[in-house]
Amino acid sequence: MLKQIEGSHAVAEAVALCRPEVICAYPISPQTHIVEGLGEMVKAGELSPCEFINVESEFAAMSVAIGASAAGARAYTATASQGLLFMTEAVFNAAGMGLPIVMTVANRAIGAPINIWNDHTDSMSQRDCGWIQLFAETNQEALDLHIQAFRLAEELSLPVMVCMDGFILTHAYERVDMPTQEQVDAFLPPFEPRQVLDPQDPVSMGAMVGPEAFTEVRYLAHVKQMQALDLIPGWAEEFRKAFGRDSGGLMHQYRMEDADTVVVALGSVLGTIKDTVDGLREKGHRIGVLGITCFRPWPTSALRAALERARKVSVVEKAFGVGLGGIVSANVRTSYSGSLDDVFTVIAGLGGRPITRESLARAFTEVEQGTSAPLVFLDLNRAAVDRALARERESRRSGPIAEALLRDVGLVTAQLR
Amino acid sequence: MAVLEEEARLFQIRIHGRGGQGVVTAAEMLSVAAFLEGRHAQAFPSFGSERTGAPVVAYCRLDDREIRLREPILEPDAVIIQDPTLLHQVDVFGGLAKGAYIIINTSRSFADLGLADFIRDFPADRLVAVPATEIAMKHVGRPLPNAVLLGAFAAATGLISLESVGKAIREKFPAKVAEANIRAAADAFENVRHPAGATEHAQAD
Repeated sequence: MLKQIEGSHAVAEAVALCRPEVICAYPISPQTHIVEGLGEMVKAGELSPCEFINVESEFAAMSVAIGASAAGARAYTATASQGLLFMTEAVFNAAGMGLPIVMTVANRAIGAPINIWNDHTDSMSQRDCGWIQLFAETNQEALDLHIQAFRLAEELSLPVMVCMDGFILTHAYERVDMPTQEQVDAFLPPFEPRQVLDPQDPVSMGAMVGPEAFTEVRYLAHVKQMQALDLIPGWAEEFRKAFGRDSGGLMHQYRMEDADTVVVALGSVLGTIKDTVDGLREKGHRIGVLGITCFRPWPTSALRAALERARKVSVVEKAFGVGLGGIVSANVRTSYSGSLDDVFTVIAGLGGRPITRESLARAFTEVEQGTSAPLVFLDLNRAAVDRALARERESRRSGPIAEALLRDVGLVTAQLR
Repeated sequence: MAVLEEEARLFQIRIHGRGGQGVVTAAEMLSVAAFLEGRHAQAFPSFGSERTGAPVVAYCRLDDREIRLREPILEPDAVIIQDPTLLHQVDVFGGLAKGAYIIINTSRSFADLGLADFIRDFPADRLVAVPATEIAMKHVGRPLPNAVLLGAFAAATGLISLESVGKAIREKFPAKVAEANIRAAADAFENVRHPAGATEHAQAD
C-alpha cells in the first residue's frame, strides 16, 4: 500500500510487520521517532505479543537485546551517534556471541564538537565489530532492508545493523510502498534460534575462551560473514520476486555501461549523485554510479568485477579516518585492479553539511580531468581553516578550535545551506 | 532538451517561519496533498536549531517521477513566508527566480512591507499577501498560519486542490482542530481566488 509518511514511521511500521518480540528503547535524535512509533503500536495492542522495554541507557538497550535474543526472542533496537558509542562493548558482544539482533542506526555525527546532524561516523566506527552493515538509499529501501535484515540475521545467527541517514531519511516525508503482513510473514519465517537459554537444556553463552581457541572462534565469525556475501544476493532476488522491488543486495549499479569514471558511495547521497551524473551524462561525460548497500561484509569480488572497466574511481563518503583519509576508499582500494592512484576520495556532508549537485559535479569533473587531489573535503572553507592555523602559530594559548571557528564563520541559526 | 523537460516538472517550495508555527508540518502536509493527487513529493526540515521563535526552514519538492535529489532547495519555485518579520532576519528570497511565487502571511501589501523594488518584475498573480494569522485566529482561535497558507498556495498555484489540502490537514491534526484548519484554509483559498468576495464574506460572517 502506497503511503506518504515520515521515514522513521515507515521503518517503525516495517519493523512491526516483522513481529519483534522484544524492543529496547532509549531515545536519541535522529532515531527517536522510530522507537516512539513502535511504542505507540505496542501500547495500542497493534503489535502483540511484544515487550517494549524502556531502558536507562544505550548500554542497557543492547544488553537487554542480547538477553532477549539469547532467550530466543526476536529482538530489535535503534540508536545513533553517541548512543552507538555508549553501547559499543555490548555491540561487540552481540556479534561475538552470534545473536541475531536487528538494530537501526539513524546515522549522525560523533562529537566533539557535539553535532546532532547526519554523517556516517557512528556506523563507520563500528565497521569491524562483526555486525552485518547495510546502508539504505531511500526510505523505501530502509523499510525493505529491515524486513531482509531479520531474515539475514536469523539465518546466519549474526546481528544486522541497518544504517539510514539521520534527518535526511528519518525525517523526510516521501512515498513508500508498505507491504502487507501476509507478504512479510511469507518472506520471514518464525525465529528458530541456533542457540537458546533453556533451563531444560543448559548452555553457556559468552564463555571465556583462551588462546587455545580464540583465533578459531574469531575466524568462524569471518567465515559467517563470507557466507553472507554468497547468500545476500539470493535473498535480495527472492525479495524482489516477492515484493517487486530491487532493494538490498550487495550493491546497485547506475549508468555503469561504458563508464570511464565510477562514483562509489553509500546511503541517501546516492540520489543526489545520480541526478548529478545524469547532468554530466547529458554533457557527454562517461560516468556511472556504484552504490554499496552491503558495507559489512565487504563485497570484494563483486566490487572488483563491477569496477573492472573503470579508469577512475571517485569515492564520496560521509566519514573519514582521521590521520588516514577515506574509510570507504581504503576498502575500495582492496577491490580495484587498476592503479591505486586512480581511486580518489571526496569527504562530504560531515555534520550535516548539505551536499549539492553543483559541488559534486565540480569534484567529479576534476577527477575525470586528472586535476583532483587524492583527498578532497567538499566545500571546505579554506580561509577559516587558514585563520585557525594562523592563530595556533601566533599564540600558544590559541583557545578551543570549535569556538573560534564558530566566531569566524558567523553562527547563523537558520542557514539555507 | 530531455533534461529541461524533466526539470520543468519539478516544483520546489521553501517554507520560512519560526519554531512553533508548524513550518515542518506545513511542508509535510503539502507533500501529503500532492501524494493524494498521485504525484511524487518529498518534504524535509532544514535541520537547524529547533527552538520556539527561532527561524525555521522546511522544504517540499513535487514531481511526476521519483525524487532522488537530497540537497536543500536553493532555487525555489515558491516561497511561503509564515512570519513577515523574517524579511529582516533571514534571506527568505535567496535563489528565488523572477516569476516564482511569493506567499506571505501579512495583512499589509508587498509595497507596505518595503518590497516594491524587489517585486517589480514579478507577475502580479505570483505575489500573494494573505492575512493568515488573522484567518487562523478567526477559525482556529490560535495564531497558527501553516494550514491557512497551504490554502493560499493551492489557490495561487493550482498545483494541488483545496480538497487535497483538507485531506492532508485531517492526516496531521485531531478531528476538531483539523476541521477548523480546513475552514481556515478554504477562507484563504477564497481570499486569494476572489479577494473582494472573501472580504465581503469575512465581513458577513
